[in-house]
Amino acid sequence: MDLLTAIFVDPFVRMGANPTFLVQVIWEGFVSGVLYALVALGFVLIFKASGVFNFAQGIMVVFAALALVGLHEGGVPAWPALAAAVGIMLVLAIGIERVVLRPLVNQPDIILLMATIGLTRFLVGLGEMVFGGEPKVMITEALGIPTGILRLPLFGRNLILKEIDITAAVVAILMVTFLAVFFARTKIGRALRAVADDHQAALSVGISLNRIWVIVWFAAGIVALVTGIMWGARSQVSFDLEVIALKALPVLILGGFTSVPGAIVGGLLIGVGEKIGEIYWGRLLGGGIESWLAYLIALGFLLFRPQGLFGEKIIERV
Amino acid sequence: MFYREVGQFKSTYAADMAIFPIRQDRIGIAVLLAVAVVVIPLLANDFVLASIMIPGLIFTLAAIGLNILTGYAGQISLGTGAFMGVGAYAAFKLAGAFPEVNVLVWILLSGFFSAAVGVVFGLPSLRIKGLYLAVTTLAAQFFLEWCFIRIGWLTDYSSSGAIEAARRSFLGVSITGPEATPLARYFAVLGMVVFLTFIASNLVHGRIGRTWMMVRDMDIAAELMGVKLLPAKLSAFAVSSYFAGVAGAMMVFFWLGAAEPSAFGISLSFQVLFMVIIGGLGSMIGSYFGAAFIWALPVVIKFAPGLFGFEIQSATVEHVNSMIVGALIIFFLIVEPHGLARLWGVTKQKLRVWPFPW
Repeated sequence: MDLLTAIFVDPFVRMGANPTFLVQVIWEGFVSGVLYALVALGFVLIFKASGVFNFAQGIMVVFAALALVGLHEGGVPAWPALAAAVGIMLVLAIGIERVVLRPLVNQPDIILLMATIGLTRFLVGLGEMVFGGEPKVMITEALGIPTGILRLPLFGRNLILKEIDITAAVVAILMVTFLAVFFARTKIGRALRAVADDHQAALSVGISLNRIWVIVWFAAGIVALVTGIMWGARSQVSFDLEVIALKALPVLILGGFTSVPGAIVGGLLIGVGEKIGEIYWGRLLGGGIESWLAYLIALGFLLFRPQGLFGEKIIERV
Repeated sequence: MFYREVGQFKSTYAADMAIFPIRQDRIGIAVLLAVAVVVIPLLANDFVLASIMIPGLIFTLAAIGLNILTGYAGQISLGTGAFMGVGAYAAFKLAGAFPEVNVLVWILLSGFFSAAVGVVFGLPSLRIKGLYLAVTTLAAQFFLEWCFIRIGWLTDYSSSGAIEAARRSFLGVSITGPEATPLARYFAVLGMVVFLTFIASNLVHGRIGRTWMMVRDMDIAAELMGVKLLPAKLSAFAVSSYFAGVAGAMMVFFWLGAAEPSAFGISLSFQVLFMVIIGGLGSMIGSYFGAAFIWALPVVIKFAPGLFGFEIQSATVEHVNSMIVGALIIFFLIVEPHGLARLWGVTKQKLRVWPFPW
């Protein structure tokens, strides 16, 4: 009975007793959810266009952020360093398409997944060799990202909002809007959607798959760079980010591998869900449940809806 | 020429179904075993035994386990590391609780615990498949890792959170614990791995193995032909996790001596998956090749510069190593997506027709 109360009553009592804290928790969850959604967005872009489950997205985030910080430490001013980091992501996209994707066309999913894990190993080694393995501080001020703290009175107490978090949310929303417009309104966007729909049909109307792949990996690289900047500004730039990026996988399950809105909604759900779970239910299990709660949520969800929230219905024929 | 089965007639069903139906294969295996039992212990020093042969064999066993699941039954799993951990912790608890029973028995039994856990986490495979399933097995990975860290009972409330191999002996020879010589541990590992490979090979050649392969090739078609998917998939998870669990127990008892929860992290899962893919999906010999390749390669890269007289900082070696292994993985996937086992098959065919090119 005590256990049941602890599970079903106490957390809600605590939520009701301090609504400001609840809002604070939800906000924290929302912000990490935004970042999960950004990583998941990178996955979805690549999966849609090339059918590759890109395990290297996490390391691309680290790599992009490291390149930016590393260049700045090397004496390059902030904004040119940002431009150079974008350039590095472009070179990376072209390189991956040439060296990895093109020879592996038409291989089974698992082989492509393995290739991206191999790519992860390669990038980890390269990143550590060029930029060093120790954690770095993101160049927040040099890029003009506000770092102050906003206090908002709510229910008689103060809600603490970091300006970095607000910036992260705004940038993420802007970027998603930009991507949506880009997909819907431009010629390249239409080509991307055609490729996502049907590779062969797209080829037959003269769309170059190779070019599209480069563009899509570059777009994912840009998303990775933005994610890296935001995530790095919240904590620091280190290879630990790669592990945190694994958190984007349950987001993908929840949202479906092929759905951009799914990635965003899934990211927010997971972010908020795991924060609330950790704060209000975590102590029952001794804490630290954040590491697997998201997976468990996704797992339970999959049992009822295998294609995810917004995924395409899976139809199987013999 | 060298490898020709002409003139070897099979006159019984048993001979036809034999694991090694060709005489050359039987001779080859006998020679290999002789090398492993006699030549390697005579020639190899403790370093080679302790840091190449023992871990290589243990990883082979883990790779065989994952190969049964991924290569034969077609279910991708990224939770191998955690299943190995379950075996290790189970063996640790059992060996601690019943010291009078031989430790080898407990290591073999510990696999059943991870098999049970594997079945539970294999349940989603009935609803989902492919990459989605791979991601859900990550749930097992993270959840079990959390259990190893948080549940003090598993480590007997040790302050470091690590488990240690107890001191045990077999036939009067110390085989686990700090006193055990690498040679004794090598023989224990070799015996276990050969025995379990034999079992696994029989499993996949038999009725249950054929069922798994039907499920792998197309599960709906298999279902229509009367294969029950539930027992087929879950038995694959159980058997696979059993092998992984035994490998994990051996890893602690015969190789590392002590292990922290982080030893069974996601990188271990990936390492074993690499072995399976590079070695060849759905191939027993491929598991050996893959484990040898992925395990031995970094060791070779680490010590090769020293042999040629180059002095390189160990951190740099570490990074270059990671890059080279990553690049080689991609390279092998490109040139031979079917793994080293396919290369071995090609070699055999070449030997068969030599000196003619076809």
